Amino acid sequence: MREVAVIGIGMTEFGELWNRSFRDLVAEAGMQAILDAGIEGDEIDAMFIGGMSSGRFIGQEHVGSLAVEVAGLEDLHIPSIRVEAACASGGVAMHQGFLAVASGMYDVVVVGGAEKMTDVVGAEATNILASAADREWESFFGVTFPGLYALMARYHMQKYGTTQEQLASVAVKNHYNGSLNPKAQFKRRISVEDVLRSPMVAEPLHLLDCSPITDGAAAAVIVPLEKAKEYTDKVVKIMASAVATDTLSLHGRKSFDSIPAAYHAAQRAYKMAGVEAKDIDVAEVHDCFTIAEIMAIEDLGFVERGKGGKATEEGLTSLEGEIPVNTSGGLKSKGHPVGATGVAQINEIVMQLRGEAGERQVKDARIGLTHNVGGSGGTAVVHILGVI
Amino acid sequence: MAAIVGYGAYVPRYRIKAEEIARMWGKEASSIKSGLNIFEKSVPSMDEDTATISVEAARRAIKASKINPKEIGAIYVGSESHPYAVKPTATIVAEAIEATPELTAADYEFACKAGTAGMQNCIALVETGMIKYGMAIGADVSQAAPGDALEYAASAGGAAFIIGKEGIAKINATVSFTTDTPDFWRREGEPYPGHGERFTGEPAYFRHVMGAAKMLMERMGTSPSDYDYAVFHQPNGKFPLRVAKKLGFEKEKVEAGLLCPIIGNTYSGSTMLGLAAVLDVAKPGERIFAVSYGSGAGSDAFDITVMDSINAYPRQEIRKMLEEKVYVDYATYMKFRREFK
Repeated sequence: MREVAVIGIGMTEFGELWNRSFRDLVAEAGMQAILDAGIEGDEIDAMFIGGMSSGRFIGQEHVGSLAVEVAGLEDLHIPSIRVEAACASGGVAMHQGFLAVASGMYDVVVVGGAEKMTDVVGAEATNILASAADREWESFFGVTFPGLYALMARYHMQKYGTTQEQLASVAVKNHYNGSLNPKAQFKRRISVEDVLRSPMVAEPLHLLDCSPITDGAAAAVIVPLEKAKEYTDKVVKIMASAVATDTLSLHGRKSFDSIPAAYHAAQRAYKMAGVEAKDIDVAEVHDCFTIAEIMAIEDLGFVERGKGGKATEEGLTSLEGEIPVNTSGGLKSKGHPVGATGVAQINEIVMQLRGEAGERQVKDARIGLTHNVGGSGGTAVVHILGVI
Repeated sequence: MAAIVGYGAYVPRYRIKAEEIARMWGKEASSIKSGLNIFEKSVPSMDEDTATISVEAARRAIKASKINPKEIGAIYVGSESHPYAVKPTATIVAEAIEATPELTAADYEFACKAGTAGMQNCIALVETGMIKYGMAIGADVSQAAPGDALEYAASAGGAAFIIGKEGIAKINATVSFTTDTPDFWRREGEPYPGHGERFTGEPAYFRHVMGAAKMLMERMGTSPSDYDYAVFHQPNGKFPLRVAKKLGFEKEKVEAGLLCPIIGNTYSGSTMLGLAAVLDVAKPGERIFAVSYGSGAGSDAFDITVMDSINAYPRQEIRKMLEEKVYVDYATYMKFRREFK
């Protein structure tokens, strides 16, 4: 198996981009990544595009072909494959791209992720997102994602004494980080009181505990590590790429205070990279709800199980903390265009490792991690990246 | 240009408070009030609809302006809640004020701006000499799905304006800004409108209101400082204040015509009631800037100068009329809106 490196990244602004289509977003993120990598279009051997539900959000499937057309690469007749794993679609697309290069089959691969979510009204978006849960046994009975994560939050609170203020501290931190990210959907700083005063969505999750509906796209160019130097001096190695799965439904799980798939993906990734949790300098985790970040830092082994809330409240994961988490603002503040999120996380970690994160730069970041979750944890993807 | 000969206004006396609606749906009334700047809204009684509100406003306009209704050559009623899908409200008004049969009449629909579209038509007919007087009415008993955010705003009321060659206020100019922007809609046969949530803001309300406003000021060579009052469509109490600030109108110039916080959004009645409330207090020589907004979407902007003759006009005292109110609870509101089938 060959070693693989990221040589280019690209990302659109995230937000309610009413005057821009899915096509526009794919084009912009892809073009940025290609320019950043310094490759020519005809060098591209294959593309993998993460997308959760373009069919229901904008009535457009077959986005692999769409991406080729947008890129103007139709004459190359390259493989371009759409990858779907709910909110982990981007992360799984990255994994597929990684495998394609590692296997020796392709040299230059573009990985993308895109979602255009604001063409439908909020209730419809909620219903579409609920297709990431078990439609037959969960969604049909009325449960939505805020509801599922609220159940996990309740369980965590009861078992470990996690408080609403601790949940809120995740959102406060991520909004602060987002205020330093020009591409973030929300650049507004908030307080714990703002979170607790915001309308209740699904007890104990308030509006400001939840990530938003977002339009956006992200892309990355990956090549064999041995060839990366030909393109750039800023090589970021993919030290590990791991995907794990679990039951589709939440009620099928043995525990509710963790995302077991994320735990297992992390264990595999650490083994593959030959590092431990304590070696990670910066991480982007899947904070679709504040409770999700608390479970994430526990599943990743940054803190002991049950201590995630307290650790966040005490600043362990803040920009100046021991292990800065979601320096981009995370899903909460940067925005969560579901299919793009996994690739957007890669963008942030690559920026951090290259030292290009501006005001939110983590000092001396050498090893970074991304944690991308599909649904309530049916799929999880962990990538570990490092500078060489 | 043509002039406003007279105006009349009517808002049902029933009110429901934001607290009462919030109580029903488990919402925080304080965040509704601060978020929308709406404290209560008017509620039509069981026997009130767009036709009765239009007739009431039309009668008041006729009475105050002392014109002979037989001299009205055109009546346009703008509404998105006409009682009939097929059969005009305008003919009901025409008959009720004894303007029939020598006139043209029609119903208009353009979400919240059909009334001002009627005003523009009357201005055109007067200026071409086709008619002596025209009457434009904007009135609604607007619908909102129970539990929808619209429920705090969608209210009832209307205003009638008589347009002629000379009157209490001269219309210096009017322009429109129109695009196909689907921010709010109701399909045939559907009981409640749908809307694009936050999409109704920036790309819809603000783009069109500001587009029309800037177009008018450019055409007239004016700036906000040339106007004493400004009226903007009031889908909630926040948007008109925000658009005023963006355009550079002081808050004080907007307040006289800002009725939404105490009566809600009267849809087709909104801008016209606001303009009527300004005419209630305006002095000769003062200049009024008014911009309506209708979803779908478009804005009509008007530049108006108040004439000396307004001193002889029996003002409507709209603010006083609004003080006479009776609060109802949510169940009564549902009954009045005929939501119990």
